[in-house]
Amino acid sequence: MSDLYQSQRAMREMRKAALQRGVVAILDIGTSKIACLLLKFDESASARAIDGVGPMAGQSNFKVIGAATTKSRGMRFGEIAMMNETERAIRTAVQAAQKMANLRVDHAIVTFSGGEPRSYGLAGQIEVEGAVSEQDVARVLAACDVPDLGHGREVLHAQPVNFALDHRSGLGDPRGQTGGNLSCDMHLLSVDAAVVQNVLYCVQRCDLELAGIASSAYVSGVASLVEDERELGAACIDMGGGATSVSIFMKKHMIYADAVRMGGDHITSDISKGLGVASAVAERIKTKHGGLIATSMDDREMIDLRGDTLSDIADWDIDSRQISRTELIGIMRPRVEEILEEARACLDAAGFDSLPSRQIVLTGGSSQIPGLDDLASRILGQRVRMGRPLRVQGLPQAASGPAFSSAVGLCLFAAHPQDEWWDFEALQPAYPVRSLRRAVRWFKDNW
Amino acid sequence: MQSLIRRPSGLRRDPAPSRWAYRWQRLWLTPVWRFGFRVVLPFAALFAIGFAVWTDPVRGAAIRGQITQITETVQNREAFMLTTLAIEGASADLADALRAKLNVPLPISSFDLDLDDLRARATEFPAVADAQVQMRAGGLLRVVITERVPELVWRKGDDLILLDAQGHPVAGLLARSDRPDLPLVAGAGADDAAAEALALMAAAGPISTRVQGLVRMGARRWDMVLDHGQRLMLPADDPLAALDRALALDGAERLFDRDILAIDLRYGPRPVLRLAPYAQAQRLQALGLIQPVESTL
Repeated sequence: MSDLYQSQRAMREMRKAALQRGVVAILDIGTSKIACLLLKFDESASARAIDGVGPMAGQSNFKVIGAATTKSRGMRFGEIAMMNETERAIRTAVQAAQKMANLRVDHAIVTFSGGEPRSYGLAGQIEVEGAVSEQDVARVLAACDVPDLGHGREVLHAQPVNFALDHRSGLGDPRGQTGGNLSCDMHLLSVDAAVVQNVLYCVQRCDLELAGIASSAYVSGVASLVEDERELGAACIDMGGGATSVSIFMKKHMIYADAVRMGGDHITSDISKGLGVASAVAERIKTKHGGLIATSMDDREMIDLRGDTLSDIADWDIDSRQISRTELIGIMRPRVEEILEEARACLDAAGFDSLPSRQIVLTGGSSQIPGLDDLASRILGQRVRMGRPLRVQGLPQAASGPAFSSAVGLCLFAAHPQDEWWDFEALQPAYPVRSLRRAVRWFKDNW
Repeated sequence: MQSLIRRPSGLRRDPAPSRWAYRWQRLWLTPVWRFGFRVVLPFAALFAIGFAVWTDPVRGAAIRGQITQITETVQNREAFMLTTLAIEGASADLADALRAKLNVPLPISSFDLDLDDLRARATEFPAVADAQVQMRAGGLLRVVITERVPELVWRKGDDLILLDAQGHPVAGLLARSDRPDLPLVAGAGADDAAAEALALMAAAGPISTRVQGLVRMGARRWDMVLDHGQRLMLPADDPLAALDRALALDGAERLFDRDILAIDLRYGPRPVLRLAPYAQAQRLQALGLIQPVESTL
């Protein structure tokens, strides 16, 4: 635990160094695409903030100066399956973004969706005397009893979501308040340690320093939920290529995150298997003609299975099959239903039904399938909307779609990270005798 | 073996940069490296090559010879050549002397000519007060001389020297009678006080016809020598005022017509007269201090 604490603190230091240099790379390592955004931080913009709220709610102190996307390789279920291939894909994206910005970047903040994230709610309680200090906050966070995470699991996020002082609960920041009994609730997200290690190693092999790491469930929620939804309780379902991550926000904090190991790539492979075409053709058919609600007109709309480009398959000139769009919908719909059912199961497990506002926001690349909102409202509940990420300065139009919500969320995360457990100073027993001893030792050492 | 299936051309199999290409691009995006490679390195290389060639005994000498040759070709063009030396404002003798002294090998390129040196050499002549050396169109080297005008004749030992108003020697003089129009001065240091001497001569006004000359005494003050052996001994300070006073005395008392050997004005409040022996006797007789001597004639 202390090892992780140190490494997370080191990452925070790295993030500070990156902000000082003013340039940081945002890497969204997904199963279907790898996106790299280059952020340039501008201190003067944040200096214009009035009363803590700047223009664009404090999100204008950075600007996207480089953006590049490349097809992901060597990734499965949001995890690295082939290190070399993934490294090459990351290099491609980073190089293109650097070329666009004409600037070298040394620090990267990374998000990924794999590693089977698991949520834990922790509670801690301590006695305090007088006003609550930062030390007390650190103490109460340390007092949370960590459950057994299992073998080979590591903590990715540990965010305090609620503080309570005596009988008053729902405090965002207890510092300076007077009370006797301080308790806190902490949300802890654990992932597979090997997956994190692979990501770290892969980024290091691209000569980049890791300045932060975040779960894609969290960052896509940050990007696509609006303020009210995050306050009143909402779920964000990020339907990616290889994994669908689910996160629940309440009182502006993430209180639950999970992932379904299915996504758009599985729909593509279903089409590929069902129709007997190459996966590139299947992907093209899916994005061009895909849908979920069949109408009578779809029976008449015929789709050529022939590959368009020379690179597809060798028998491009003899494959003259045609299918109707209804058939395609018949292949796609069960898989999408399955994904949504799984997401539904995650939400049920988290007790989403008991939240005051049961808003569900669908985002991610696969959420662009026509008819998904109709299907999702049948499975997940009535309050479903399609989410697009927040608009950030300088983001190209091509990178502002729902497929980029986790990348944009990571930008916001880079600019304003949520306080985590390791942001508070390590617990220092503040005994006067000890400090006196330290003073004496200092004198001895120096004279 | 040649492939039977035509592979699609123009399609990149792998868009990913190689590890080294990636690193190379990142290196290029580093500002220091960029500047070093694009500015410092080429300049350093050019400088090194230039230095190596220049210091090479064979090639360097060849290049330097080439440069000299080209320079000379340009400098010796007709437009830059000087063919005539014209000396203006000097008398014929002085002009000849100057021509010999300057010794300009005509025709000469104007690039090879040091005008400052020429001017210095021209002004070395005592008779030359100032010289202007100009290059004019049509290959004309023009030397405009301002000659010194002799104002005084200085008797220095056995030599006679002509002095200008500032006391610079202009030329020697064989006989005083060659320039009877110029006043005569004598004595050591007379040239240093030439301006004062001229002022005194100008102020002498009514007695100027009687003035023989001025004698510098002890390089300090002037004696004005009149005919009949009379001497006017002027003070070192403000001799003009003293002279005016003597002239005023002369106007009132006809002083200089009397039998006086010298008038000593060195002590301002009290002029002292030195009488001739006869006048001295007459005076004493008149005062009744001595008896008149009966002439035995």
